[in-house]
Amino acid sequence: MAAPIRFGCRADLESLLATMTREPGQADPENALVPFGRLNRIHVARFVILDDPSLPDRLLLAESLPVHEPVRLAFIADFDGDEADFFDALAALAEAGLRRIFSFCIDFTPDADLVEWMRDHNLPTAANYINWRGRSTRQIGEEAALHRALRPARLLHDGLAPEALQRILLNIGGTVPLTPLRRSGLAEKLLDIGHFLLLPAIGLLLFPFVIVGAIPFVLVLRHRERTDPVLAPVPDRARNRMLSAQEDHDITNQYSAIGSLKPGRFRRWLTVVILWVINWGARHIYRKGRLARVNTIHFASWTFLDERRRVYFASNYDGSREAYNDDFINKVAFGLNLSFSNGLGYPRTDWLILGGARREQDFKRYLFHHQIPTQVWYKAFPGLSNYDMARNARIRAGIDHPPRGKALRRWLAEI
Amino acid sequence: MSTAAPDDVQALVGRGFGSLDGARYVLLRVEDAAAARHCLRGLAVTSEAQARASRLTRVLQMAFTAAGLRALGLAVDAIPGFAPEFLDGLSGDPSRSRRLGDVENCAPSRWRWGGEAGEPHVLLILLAKQVEIDGYLAETLAALPGAACTVVQVNAGSGPVGREPFGFVDGVSQPDVDWDGTLKPGGAKDRLYREDIALGEFLLGHVNEYGFVADYPEAEGIGRNGTYLVYRQLEQDVVGFWRWTVLRAGEGGAMALAERMVGRRIDGDPLPALGSEGRNGFTFATDPDGLVCPIGSHIRRANPRSGDDPRGRRGFLGDLVSSLGLKGTAMHDAVASARFHRLLRRGRPYGTPPDTQALIAGEMPVEECGLHFICLNASLARQFEFVQGSWIASPYFGGLSGEQDPLLGNRCPANGGAPTDAFGYYDQHGTPRLVAGLPRFVTLVGGAYFFLPGLGGLARILRN
Repeated sequence: MAAPIRFGCRADLESLLATMTREPGQADPENALVPFGRLNRIHVARFVILDDPSLPDRLLLAESLPVHEPVRLAFIADFDGDEADFFDALAALAEAGLRRIFSFCIDFTPDADLVEWMRDHNLPTAANYINWRGRSTRQIGEEAALHRALRPARLLHDGLAPEALQRILLNIGGTVPLTPLRRSGLAEKLLDIGHFLLLPAIGLLLFPFVIVGAIPFVLVLRHRERTDPVLAPVPDRARNRMLSAQEDHDITNQYSAIGSLKPGRFRRWLTVVILWVINWGARHIYRKGRLARVNTIHFASWTFLDERRRVYFASNYDGSREAYNDDFINKVAFGLNLSFSNGLGYPRTDWLILGGARREQDFKRYLFHHQIPTQVWYKAFPGLSNYDMARNARIRAGIDHPPRGKALRRWLAEI
Repeated sequence: MSTAAPDDVQALVGRGFGSLDGARYVLLRVEDAAAARHCLRGLAVTSEAQARASRLTRVLQMAFTAAGLRALGLAVDAIPGFAPEFLDGLSGDPSRSRRLGDVENCAPSRWRWGGEAGEPHVLLILLAKQVEIDGYLAETLAALPGAACTVVQVNAGSGPVGREPFGFVDGVSQPDVDWDGTLKPGGAKDRLYREDIALGEFLLGHVNEYGFVADYPEAEGIGRNGTYLVYRQLEQDVVGFWRWTVLRAGEGGAMALAERMVGRRIDGDPLPALGSEGRNGFTFATDPDGLVCPIGSHIRRANPRSGDDPRGRRGFLGDLVSSLGLKGTAMHDAVASARFHRLLRRGRPYGTPPDTQALIAGEMPVEECGLHFICLNASLARQFEFVQGSWIASPYFGGLSGEQDPLLGNRCPANGGAPTDAFGYYDQHGTPRLVAGLPRFVTLVGGAYFFLPGLGGLARILRN
């Protein structure tokens, strides 16, 4: 959710948000305003002021776009369960703190109904990615506890024959409470299948139009790719320091970026279609641990702002920023180009998927130009990477269905 | 096409001069810019062309920190193109130190040089035969009057070159620099690992592995054919290392455990089951789970020998399926492609390392020894800092958890408190083994980022 903040009170809001952190940008789970740590359905959450340092680009590259856009305060959470329940639980946990924070927003009045106000300012995401669909905080927590219980035993009995070690570990595993994994219900499955079929169905329906439109589309695209201006300024060192200070306190980092789309309907609607397809792919294809070949993203989302003139991108990823960028460029440059190349100033692409991010230096600078600090970022499982969570799930599977032979050795090696 | 004129490149880029077993690393502070420029101009800096033409007996190389360039009167912060990491310095930003693992006992506040006392300004590397090196040093220092620059510290390298103090042959794997610019990076062939690496990864002003020339200080030729030199003085607890391996694996098993931690035999040969042709003719593609060479071993972290795609080349359709992530697993695709993260290593050991066999037998002589780790790269962020931060120091390398580099790790707990002092491997029976409680064997005691200019750039830096 996001709402514009009052003019001239940004510094005070930042000071207030800073009281919620232990280190720059890193939330204290027990902070006095919103003690995230007590709401155990949250995976990650953040408060971020969407102040766009790239807005002046419009003066240079896109005169048709307005010079000003509102500065918003956004609250983003990835959580288990129903949205309505979540707002209620959040308000029950931290009503006073949330009221203090949201009092900086233009239309928040002291007598406003908090839950209703939050719901009113809820923004739908254009695309949303979840590393492992259906893996709840309860599952992650229990499986991490299982690993913590098994590891000392594995160390203590290092050198024991695999079968003997397995017996010991199974005994210990039996004492760790593990809630049975939730299976999705019939209605949920049908809904999912229905959504899955949307893409092929729409594709089939629009096929004649696609055939007719292909050539003009390619002509317009190629023309724009050749003429769209690129803006990838040299990073400012002071700003880089400020952003770096928030990073690498944990294996997981947050990332926030905001920018304008290139002006005109062509780029706007291209973005709408592409993000829809990305959302579809994330929901139906990249469900278990990988977004194409990228394994490091916990959660990511793309959100349109200001009548689709701008996009805000938020992600939670493992590793350092440089490593994240390299991982992206080397493995999924095509995907980056698809999802970001409609952004104003993006490095030159060819045929929508080539070039672009492959122009490493320009691409990294473009990203930096659009990156903004996240004032408060919370992660429920400090120290756990995506690999750790997936590994812990495999360890648990080995308790439920004890492996033998080679599989047993592999299982032991993971503990 | 991108070639470098060898007479414009300092010789260290091309070779390590292993036959010259004496080395002195002279750290200078500039006292008077004009006088320092004058006397530094008088030193004969060895070029790659000279090294190619004849067998040299004396080699001198010259590099500068950002503070040094400022002290010499060059406005580096205003000249576009210098790397921000270089301008900040190795110890200049706590966020950088945190990322590189230079914290607690390895923190800049504890360094002997390059830390809180500030960056040294100039680095002179002198190489000659051991018997001649002190004479060469004295001659060189005699040419540097104290009014021009003062000596902060002289670090000595010692032989034998190519064997680090724990006893292992070092520096075996080096990238093959594409001096002639024949390489065409990009495309399906790069899905496989290769040793030859674009010149622009090691020299500024040339095409890199992305196929582009990255920004560098172009004005007046300052940056062209230069490179960044990372110098880290690593103190090694040799006694502690062998005492610990003996404690864990007994006198009979200590060597085997140590070799698994390193990932090579002590004499530099690859672990036999990798089926290597020669010392470097292997990858880990046949050993994705680390049954032979542990995933977390030192050589696998320092160079995972990964191509762009762990599934290799599979034809157009197969490659497409791989690229879309429709085949393969996250666990086997956890390491970045190596070609973007290679380093030219030019380090040398120091101190007199005790005899390994004597150490295993329990004899404990104590003289400080370690490694003057020196490497060259064109992108500090993408090469040295990536390798050190994401591969060596990270407890999460390769999807692992709870382990850092078994030799170099600082053993600081991860966020959330989980220990990082374990090491997992498979024994000769194929049984997975896990040891924990690895002590810190290596401590960083000094370091700095330097710019090693080309000879044209050097002349520009030192001109009046």
